[in-house]
Amino acid sequence: MSEPANTGDLLVAEHVSRDFGHGEHTVKAVADVSFTVGRREIVSIVGESGSGKTTVARIVLKLLAPTAGTLSFDGHDVTKLGRAGLKAYWRNVQAVFQDPFSAFNQFFTVRRLLERSAKLDATATRGGRIEEALGHVGLPPETMAKRPHQLSGGQRQRVMIARALMFAPKLLVADEATSMLDASLRVNILNVLQDLRNDLGMSILFITHDIGQACYVSDRILVMSKGEIVESGPTDDVIFAPQHEYTRRLLADVPKLHEDETSLGSASG
Amino acid sequence: MTASALPQVTKPLISARGITAAYVPDRGTQVVAVDDVSIDVHEGEIVGVAGESGCGKSTLGAVLSLNAVAPLHVLGGELEVDGAAVDLSNRKTPRSWRGRVVSLLPQGALNSLSPTIRIRDFACDVVRAHDSKVKRSAALEMTRARLEQLDLPGRVLDAYPHQLSGGMKQRVVTVLSTLLEPRLLIADEPTSALDVSSQRVLVDMLREMVHREIISGVIFVTHDIPVLNTIADRIAIMYAGKIVEIAETRELIDRPRHPYSAALLGSVLVPEPHVRRTRVLGIPGAPPNLVNPPTGCRFRPRCPLRMPECENDPPHAGDSFHFASCFWAEQHEGESAVPALRAATEKMSAEEAIAIDAATSAAAVGDAGTIEVER
Repeated sequence: MSEPANTGDLLVAEHVSRDFGHGEHTVKAVADVSFTVGRREIVSIVGESGSGKTTVARIVLKLLAPTAGTLSFDGHDVTKLGRAGLKAYWRNVQAVFQDPFSAFNQFFTVRRLLERSAKLDATATRGGRIEEALGHVGLPPETMAKRPHQLSGGQRQRVMIARALMFAPKLLVADEATSMLDASLRVNILNVLQDLRNDLGMSILFITHDIGQACYVSDRILVMSKGEIVESGPTDDVIFAPQHEYTRRLLADVPKLHEDETSLGSASG
Repeated sequence: MTASALPQVTKPLISARGITAAYVPDRGTQVVAVDDVSIDVHEGEIVGVAGESGCGKSTLGAVLSLNAVAPLHVLGGELEVDGAAVDLSNRKTPRSWRGRVVSLLPQGALNSLSPTIRIRDFACDVVRAHDSKVKRSAALEMTRARLEQLDLPGRVLDAYPHQLSGGMKQRVVTVLSTLLEPRLLIADEPTSALDVSSQRVLVDMLREMVHREIISGVIFVTHDIPVLNTIADRIAIMYAGKIVEIAETRELIDRPRHPYSAALLGSVLVPEPHVRRTRVLGIPGAPPNLVNPPTGCRFRPRCPLRMPECENDPPHAGDSFHFASCFWAEQHEGESAVPALRAATEKMSAEEAIAIDAATSAAAVGDAGTIEVER
């Protein structure tokens, strides 16, 4: 990994807004949102459907231009980028999306899929890179010869993460990346994300509707409602001492396993 | 939350014994999706059925509601409703049975409403399909009364489906499917497509329906164990077509006896402090392909607590009301599997975990049937 200019936050979004539609039909999907993602930090955006969290993800990924506001990455303004600028940006910012079942071409082996991605980056030396990336997500090199139908949902999603890792990105955006997976497989993916941060120093923007997952994986949480960030802070503060009314209501509705902490002695061993 | 009476002394509302059902394609091998499953639901009881994708929980719901249609065939088993035997192999279910004796609320029911028909017309259809002599106005009046009883606004009757929110739609289909006061409601993933606030409202409504004896019992099928914690009296955990453990909700969550139950509960991420403190370990590998399930205990290839005897069919440790189907549970009577499982999983080397992953996932179910999808 290239040594970043270790000053300031990796990603800074300032007063970012995004409208859809015109005139009286305008929908403010994201309204004046400011946040940062620090280096080696896992930041979660939580919110219900329609809160604008995916729009934020798409703005960060430069798949969607903000209507207003600025975005800077690694100390550079990236609000407006040309073709070459975008290509360089995407080398540093990669994404994993929700659906690992439709993200694959059924007829390609994992090797072919990953090589196609590797080709996009002229600097990538192929074979070794792929093996290394698969190693990071806990998949053996034999996986390269497999086709999607031979992989479980959790393994597919790990291949998608490996694909993103081949570029050694500084920021990984995971948009509902674990929502379609079963609980037991989901935990493995979240652990992979934490290992990437710990071992490779990657920053992760984790977008989810599931507060439990955000609570487990992230250092900091941003709570979105109706296009605005209503509360943000370290995970422990937001989850266990929420300040905003909306966060409190959301947390009250989340079903828990243990009513009180006393029953936890046996559960956590 | 599990304040129900002792169901052991009451007569079971429905009692299923040795239910076996398979998907039989025209060509190729049959897939036994539900294998020798026995389950009772008692008067006033809400039983949760939990498990991961492809474990057979939706199939069980279809069979118990007599909605098994080709290629799904019931290969064996007995079902008694209110003490009377029901012929599971007979395809011709009397029309009066569905909706009146057992009602199925299938997965994604909220999206099954035709967009061009008002809710009140659905309501009339439901009532008059069972008794054509009922007047339209009477059917409507009955629906309106039911909605008011459950604190839902009567105006939804005049609405088209698109005018209702997802949560309201799900509540409305739930009311419609229970209009005829069925004895048992089988609800398949009713909360999965809803956000947490709507989930809570629906769960409260179902409890209210049981409390007011609109329905006498519920089988609540879901992959979401925390939701079951808020509604179920008992929980059955399914894995690869079999029920591996049944216990009262509190008991199962606090002291799961089957290693799979323990592992599943261990992977549940809830916003509670212990989740922040510990690294959750998950379960290596993936559930088996039911075309060719493992012999003996089906969880054995992934189980950190497996022993040589696990190659034989596991025993039922406990009674039909309360059991774990596991050698370990039999040898460690009354003990929670959580500490032993955690210790064994921590001891497992990374290579071992990768080997299990590779061995079990090769044959894993490719597509997921019941998965949580962001709306």
